[in-house]
Amino acid sequence: MATDQQARQRIESSYPKDRTTLGGPRLGPLGWARWAWRQLTSMRTALALLLLLAVAAIPGSIFPQRGVDPVRVRQYFEDDPGLARWLDRFGMFEVYSSPWFASIYLLLMISLVGCVLPRMRQHLRAVRAQPPRTPARLGRLPVHRHVVLDAAPDDVVAAARARLSARRFRLREEEDGALVVAAEKGFAKETGNLLFHLALLGIIVAVAVGHLFGWRGEIIIKEGESWTAGAGTFDTLSLGPLVDESDIPAFTVRVDDLDVQFEAQAEGAQFGQPRVFRGVATIEADGSERQVGFGVNDPLSIDGTSMFLLGNGYAPVVTVRDAAGEILFSDAVTFLPQDNTYGSDGVIKVPGAEPGLGFAGGFLPTLDISEAGMTSSFPGLVDPALVLTAYEGELFPEGRSQSVFSLPTESLDQVMQDDGQPSRMLLRPGDTLEIPGDRGTIEMETVIRWGGLLVRHDPGRLPALLFAGTALVGLVLMLGVRRRRVFVRVHPGAGDPADPGSRHTGLSVAALPKGTDPGLDDLVDELVEQIAGASGGRVLEPDRATGDAADAARDDARDKDEV
Amino acid sequence: MTNASLAQASDLAIWTSIVVLALAMVAFSVHLAVTGSRRTRRADRTAREDVPVAAGAGRAVPPSPAGVGSGTVLAPAPDTPAPTRRWGVVGLQLTWLGTFLVVAGTVLRGLSVTRAPLGNMYEFALFTASFALVVYSAWSLRKDRLWLGAFVVVPVLLILGAAKLWWYTEASQLMPALDNIWLVIHVTVATLSIALFLIGAAVATAYLLRDSAQRKGEVRGWLAALPEAVKLERITYGVHIVAFPLWTFAVMSGAVWAEQAWGRYWGWDPKETWSFVIWVVYAAYLHARATSGWTTRRATWVAIAGFACIVVNYTVVNLLMTGLHSYSGVAN
Repeated sequence: MATDQQARQRIESSYPKDRTTLGGPRLGPLGWARWAWRQLTSMRTALALLLLLAVAAIPGSIFPQRGVDPVRVRQYFEDDPGLARWLDRFGMFEVYSSPWFASIYLLLMISLVGCVLPRMRQHLRAVRAQPPRTPARLGRLPVHRHVVLDAAPDDVVAAARARLSARRFRLREEEDGALVVAAEKGFAKETGNLLFHLALLGIIVAVAVGHLFGWRGEIIIKEGESWTAGAGTFDTLSLGPLVDESDIPAFTVRVDDLDVQFEAQAEGAQFGQPRVFRGVATIEADGSERQVGFGVNDPLSIDGTSMFLLGNGYAPVVTVRDAAGEILFSDAVTFLPQDNTYGSDGVIKVPGAEPGLGFAGGFLPTLDISEAGMTSSFPGLVDPALVLTAYEGELFPEGRSQSVFSLPTESLDQVMQDDGQPSRMLLRPGDTLEIPGDRGTIEMETVIRWGGLLVRHDPGRLPALLFAGTALVGLVLMLGVRRRRVFVRVHPGAGDPADPGSRHTGLSVAALPKGTDPGLDDLVDELVEQIAGASGGRVLEPDRATGDAADAARDDARDKDEV
Repeated sequence: MTNASLAQASDLAIWTSIVVLALAMVAFSVHLAVTGSRRTRRADRTAREDVPVAAGAGRAVPPSPAGVGSGTVLAPAPDTPAPTRRWGVVGLQLTWLGTFLVVAGTVLRGLSVTRAPLGNMYEFALFTASFALVVYSAWSLRKDRLWLGAFVVVPVLLILGAAKLWWYTEASQLMPALDNIWLVIHVTVATLSIALFLIGAAVATAYLLRDSAQRKGEVRGWLAALPEAVKLERITYGVHIVAFPLWTFAVMSGAVWAEQAWGRYWGWDPKETWSFVIWVVYAAYLHARATSGWTTRRATWVAIAGFACIVVNYTVVNLLMTGLHSYSGVAN
């Protein structure tokens, strides 16, 4: 201990006090850059980034996301504006497009590139290179066996080469008469590894392409209605940054029929669940017309654009007449379902009346009157009813644009009944009711359905699928294939000098795994057996320990049931 | 159309399987206790008598490495009978019976509604339990896996119990969003990989317990009935490298289906988000195992965290979060 300290002191005293005069490795900007690159591309950093990515993705499932459910985000702001503002500052409502989430996956991508590129170079070199030379002491490898055979050394070598080739090992070229065999197999593992990681990059690029060059629009089409695609005809339309409105192809879709059915048999939570949701549409594109069925899980495909049936609801066909019986309005009016029983809200605007007449209210596919009021008890059309109240006044104040699903109540007055109560009308199909105050009549003729369609063009989806398939293949290769090196050495004449008649040829087989490889013991056992069999010699001394005495004990202890 | 008597038969089969599996759990636990205490006693004795016992069988027993690390003796001592496997075999046979009942219950459920029984949370649970039991049973036919029995049967019992008590849904038809070939592909592979992850997590737990006992140098009681920590770790990894590609495929097929049903292949719906989180965590486990500076213990904890995410995905996301995957069928 004392001498140790003395030694250290002596060394320290000879050190220059001023470290700057030391010519040692001081990092310049390039050095620091290299250091940072090495840190970023190290496995440890990649691992930390992976775990960070997992944690960072979680808030997006806890807080409502603008891209997924903007209504709930608005609700969140109304419920707790203070908290919501702070959460918004950290991007909690747009986690997956927030800078901090992007920075994690971009760093991960850089780390991945920095890791994969050098490995590709290395792998190419390894594939072209010969298997390495047989080590001098096979007893030092993790798995090894040694037996003595009654066979000619050349035969044993030939048998070893033949067996290993049959098992699709690559063999090192040796000189004639060499008593060693070096073999290697399992390059597909690293190939799969690289393929998988490159394909992951490919998926991310495909997603980006889809985002930049894709677009999506939403449109509600009623039964019997025709709709022609175009930038101005969608209810909502969002274009990717590199898409122009003129890129939207022109086609016409008519929804001929919609069939929606609900569970009426089962009880409990399953009651009223949708069961059938299909439609028939006529598509007119490129001058040709065709009729096709479509539905949930079965989108319409037109010209690289797909139309998905996502929503449905009811549209009562309403006719409003003035006091003289002239038709002021006659159309199917879209009502939006508010819950699973399809109790729906909507408004009817009759600008033809003087002053403007508006109706707001609900459509109930199966009317249920209880103390709680009027509700719908089933989403199917069992006892449909339209419940309305009337408004009168300026329907389009100052010509401002407004939603077709709400009335500008600030510029309207509710129409009162004779008893002073707000007007209230309940119509069943075929009913005609007087609008209070001699304002004419309103009739519900029938009810038709509408379908909510999502129109989407995503040029990245096919590449994303192909890259995903490639990634899966790579993953299976990476995890399923084992990289192994096997070495064989033949010792001529090793053995019993007392019995010169027999050829005591020693055979050592050893293997080196890469990573966990529990099957390696069995492989070496089988190889020894097969080489012995193929070289025609009987085994004189089975499994003699090659090196350490511990081997015998270890082999005894070797558990028979391994994965 | 639903067939009520088949649905009832299914319910009966599942209830019976719960009873049978509870008995199997008891038998497996007794097996661990008996085997463990015998091995501990034997280890104590050989440690005491450092000199090999040469009498009787006439074969020398190497000194036990108990002081070095593991407490088990690998070569049998001549005067102790081999540890009894009776309880473990009883547990295994009960598990086979339970497996048959759970599979029968799942199939009957499918027959009662004439479709693949994958439409709601109750049915997912049945499928997962079936897969876990089938995988374990098949495995136990090829290798000695008596020690693992309790680790598999207990979580399966929890799943079946929760399914029966809280997630039970009347047999009925599918909603149209689910009525698709991808339902069979996506959900079958997802439940299969969840079952494998469950077994992986079970072995990982066994490894962590056994390993910490080995570190302290005192492998006592039922822990002595488990295989060596190194071997447990290897099995953990082996199970996970099968489960991970399956999960990858489940996520990808889900994306393909989402593209057909909802018009986009990825939309950060809570279920998608959590599937992604699970995938990333298990990817981290596979990386951690290959990273120098990370012990296998720490890496195994990552795998356990991955399974915790699966549990969240199965329960919290299904029942509490609003998203497109809201077909648990459980009434609020």
